[in-house]
Amino acid sequence: MEWLSYLPALSRGALVTAAITLSAIAIGAVAAFVAGIARVEGGRVLSTVALCYTELFRGTSLLVQLFWFYYALPLVGISFEPVATGILVLSLHVGAYGSEIVRGALQSVSVQQHEAARALNFGRAQTLLHITLPQALVEMMPAFGNLAIETLKLSSLVSLISIADLTFRAQSIRNLTLDSAGVYSLTLVGYFAMSLVLMLVMRLIERWVRRGAAFPRAAHS
Amino acid sequence: MTETAQVAIDPQPPIIEFAGVTKRFGALTVLDDFNFSVARGEKVTLIGPSGSGKSTVLRILMTLEPFQEGRLTLAGMPYHEPNAGGPFKASDAHLRQIRSHVGMVFQSFNLFPHMTVLRNVVEAPLRVLGLPRGEAECRAVDLLAMVGLADKKDHYPAQLSGGQQQRVAIARALAMRPRVLLFDEPTSALDPQLVGEVLSVIRGLASEHDLTMLLVTHEMRFAREVSDRVCFFDKGRICEQGEPERIFSAPEQPRTREFLASVLG
Ligand SMILES: Nc1ncnc2c1ncn2[C@@H]1O[C@H](COP(=O)(O)OP(=O)(O)O)[C@@H](O)[C@H]1O
Ligand SMILES: [Mg+2]
Repeated sequence: MEWLSYLPALSRGALVTAAITLSAIAIGAVAAFVAGIARVEGGRVLSTVALCYTELFRGTSLLVQLFWFYYALPLVGISFEPVATGILVLSLHVGAYGSEIVRGALQSVSVQQHEAARALNFGRAQTLLHITLPQALVEMMPAFGNLAIETLKLSSLVSLISIADLTFRAQSIRNLTLDSAGVYSLTLVGYFAMSLVLMLVMRLIERWVRRGAAFPRAAHS
Repeated sequence: MTETAQVAIDPQPPIIEFAGVTKRFGALTVLDDFNFSVARGEKVTLIGPSGSGKSTVLRILMTLEPFQEGRLTLAGMPYHEPNAGGPFKASDAHLRQIRSHVGMVFQSFNLFPHMTVLRNVVEAPLRVLGLPRGEAECRAVDLLAMVGLADKKDHYPAQLSGGQQQRVAIARALAMRPRVLLFDEPTSALDPQLVGEVLSVIRGLASEHDLTMLLVTHEMRFAREVSDRVCFFDKGRICEQGEPERIFSAPEQPRTREFLASVLG
């Protein structure tokens, strides 16, 4: 079984992929909430800044963004480690998509909820924190689940700025062994297994967000 | 008569006073030079055809709608600050000051779906008034008992009937101890058999001496029973107003007669 010998290297690559993906999801979520909330609640300046960020990162390709941060930015004297660059760019990229999810979910909270909050004299920050955001969060979760999987898949592009992730390892082994079928099959299985785990985790988070039967389908008790 | 004696016999100033208020939605003028005042503790019912501006009056009072001209005061406090950057503007702090005296019950209840019944009632006293949790919960439990829902405190709004949800909404508004409570068609969204339980809660409040109530309703019998004064709205004006007995048994204006004939069938 020749392909058994690929496993150690591929596993090390998978670990790098997992680390980069999880970091990008975490940092990207922060970027998504900051930019999404700024779009809805920020004044004219803040929401414009957030809009520019979102459109810039959604409107250009991730690969070019990686190249720009990796090759072009050092020319003006700013450079990071490849892994840091990869995580940063991937985070900003998925954060831009995530901010649209946050914005859409916040805007889907009905105007009546805002009016009820105002009638009870909640301030703007309190309304966001206690009334609209918790409701929007439930709304966001399915889309965030998809985005998490998308992040995992997009992470393979970081192999092109010489980060030794799963794709990078696969590529190297294939170049040595020329066993495309074996190497790439294992790689597919690796990505699929990771995305299954990710899906499961996102489901658990979603269930936690909906905890306490917050929106039960059950009719009158 | 001396000055002091004159002050002593002055009637209490109105708690709500609209003076020449004009409200427009774009080209549509909903209230035109509107004058209306309500005495402290008075229970006033607004009736009239749909689209006549009844909700708009309540929504302006709740600071949910701005208005364009005129003057509105709550307990002598103007809704618009003179120096808040332009005419008819007010700072957030000023509006919150006003809101702290006013509560509102909506036609569609508008409970917070992600909170239990208890939290719906506790949340604002806790966050807005800064009450300690124990005190806020005590207050909430008392109010839920008053509206007959003490046993539902751990339910979510979606698990309650419309009538129960509206009673929670009333408890939620009362938890902030408003001086003025506004009801905008509180029973219009309810199945007929659930109207009674909500009306009986409101009837209970109507006997509270200090609470000023403004009620928009199509329940004419109820209006007759609980109000000190009934105002008939037509096209953004009060067409006729007076004691309920007189309005319902001897309306003077033809429009009032027409309207009452149409709703009383
Ligand atoms: N947000 C709004 N935008 C435009 N027109 C509105 C708005 N709200 C109310 N109106 C109009 O104002 C008028 C008065 O409405 P409203 O106060 O709701 O009447 P009522 O409560 O007596 O049925 C109606 O013609 C209505 O269409
Ligand atoms: Mg109305």
